[in-house]
Amino acid sequence: MDNTEEILDLLRENARLSVDDIAAMTRKTPDEVRSAIKQLEDNGVIMKYAAIVNPEKDGEAKDKVRAEIEIQVTPEREHGFDAVADRIWRFPQVKSLYLMSGGYDLKVIIEGDTLKEVAFFVARKLSTLEGVRSTKTHFILKTYKENDIVYVEADKDHRQGVTA
Amino acid sequence: MATAPSGIRKFFDMIIGRDDIVSLGVGEPDFATPWLMREEAFYHLEQGHTSYTSNWGLLELREQIAKYLERYNLYYSPKNEILVTIGVSEAVDAILRTILNPGDEIIVCEPCYVSYQPLAALCDVTLIHLDTSKNGFYPEAEQIEKAITPRTKAIMLCSPSNPTGRMIPASELAKIADVVKRHQIWCLSDEVYCELVYDGRKHVSIGSFPGMKDYAVILNGFSKAFAMTGWRIGYVACNAELMEQVFKLHQYSTICAPIMSQYAAAEGLRNGWNEVEKMRLSYQQRRNFMYKAFCDMGLPAAEPEGAFYIFPDIRPTGLTSEEFATELIRKHQVAVVPGSVFGAGGEGFIRCCYATDIAKIKIALSRMQLLLNELCPKAGGTV
Repeated sequence: MDNTEEILDLLRENARLSVDDIAAMTRKTPDEVRSAIKQLEDNGVIMKYAAIVNPEKDGEAKDKVRAEIEIQVTPEREHGFDAVADRIWRFPQVKSLYLMSGGYDLKVIIEGDTLKEVAFFVARKLSTLEGVRSTKTHFILKTYKENDIVYVEADKDHRQGVTA
Repeated sequence: MATAPSGIRKFFDMIIGRDDIVSLGVGEPDFATPWLMREEAFYHLEQGHTSYTSNWGLLELREQIAKYLERYNLYYSPKNEILVTIGVSEAVDAILRTILNPGDEIIVCEPCYVSYQPLAALCDVTLIHLDTSKNGFYPEAEQIEKAITPRTKAIMLCSPSNPTGRMIPASELAKIADVVKRHQIWCLSDEVYCELVYDGRKHVSIGSFPGMKDYAVILNGFSKAFAMTGWRIGYVACNAELMEQVFKLHQYSTICAPIMSQYAAAEGLRNGWNEVEKMRLSYQQRRNFMYKAFCDMGLPAAEPEGAFYIFPDIRPTGLTSEEFATELIRKHQVAVVPGSVFGAGGEGFIRCCYATDIAKIKIALSRMQLLLNELCPKAGGTV
């Protein structure tokens, strides 16, 4: 594995690992690690460091409503799907946006305070966009795993003392 | 015949039920078995595959093992030269009982895994303890040859080693193979840690040297590399003539290894290698961390090249390994295993397993530093 990749993987797993610990784990000097990380940041490989919050345990986030919306779009001759996508991702309510293959074109994840708010947003803002032919809204009921993070009870260390 | 209680067991009895203790004692992966293998076992349970298997083990597993062994230039027929066992433990027991007769001698390279000596002793043989501590914890051919007598029946090797993490260099293995062939003794090679090797090293099996098929017995299993300790699954590979005898013991003592473990193991050999590599890299990072920490603490250790143990020298503290381990657990709630339990050359060292998360490793190390400060206050803790 490439040296920078190894550092990157350690940070992916735990962004708060100290430079000294990473250095000890990868057999580099702290200066080498520091400059490798700086370069990853400067090149935009590392985009930001953020906390991953379990919404079930955060009082504010707990009651938020999330929905996945499937949108069918008529692509534009010049810009394909990008122009309409560009108008969608800028809404702060939009948490994720993907161009999909298959039965529909854009997949949007929306977050709002209430069911009504999300429904309104879809009806007023998304379905009225030029080029949008249809929308299908699915409310998200529970998150089990997202971006490699498991939100439900996962494997624990069950090891007992043995003579191995 | 009295079999001595295990020295490791005694330490674990002290820590059972205490969650204030950070343990570097347990010799097993801190990962659960990769999901694809667990899921494979579910599937076969659902299908009602709950019977015995052939005494040899499932043919599809033996075929996978045969193919896998070829990576190390080991060529064994899945039909009658590979036997699936209940962990490497059963394999060790079966092979020792197969080849040893009362009055024989067996050379055991020590410090070593705690099961070899008692299991050999049960065969009423004389154990020749080969102390490898003066030689960076691996045996040298010359040293082995000196220990051979007309009664020597076998030599027991383990590389990468539990408890030291050291590997026997390929050049030395070649010389050991020559000694083994010259004296026509069995060479029992425990290779259970062979996938957990670091810094781009590659495991070399003593069985791969020319003419060694007549003398080598390969013992291996899935516990370490595939994190399958609780499934109890391993195997023996040796020539067909010897296998005929090993097979009988296995057949009468255990019938076969658990069927769901066999299916899961086969899936691991087919599709589990990415998971193995992830775990290996994670152990390597922790090995790096741990090795540096012991160097910084002034407790030198031979650098582990494989497995997930480090075996630092605690003689600078003036304590015996048992005293050190007892003080450490009593005053600072860290469990390690005193080197003395691993046989000749182990006294003066402790075994620390780094298959534990880095945060816990850091706590354990800082507590160990506290003990050192108490033992050697003048030197500022660095002994």
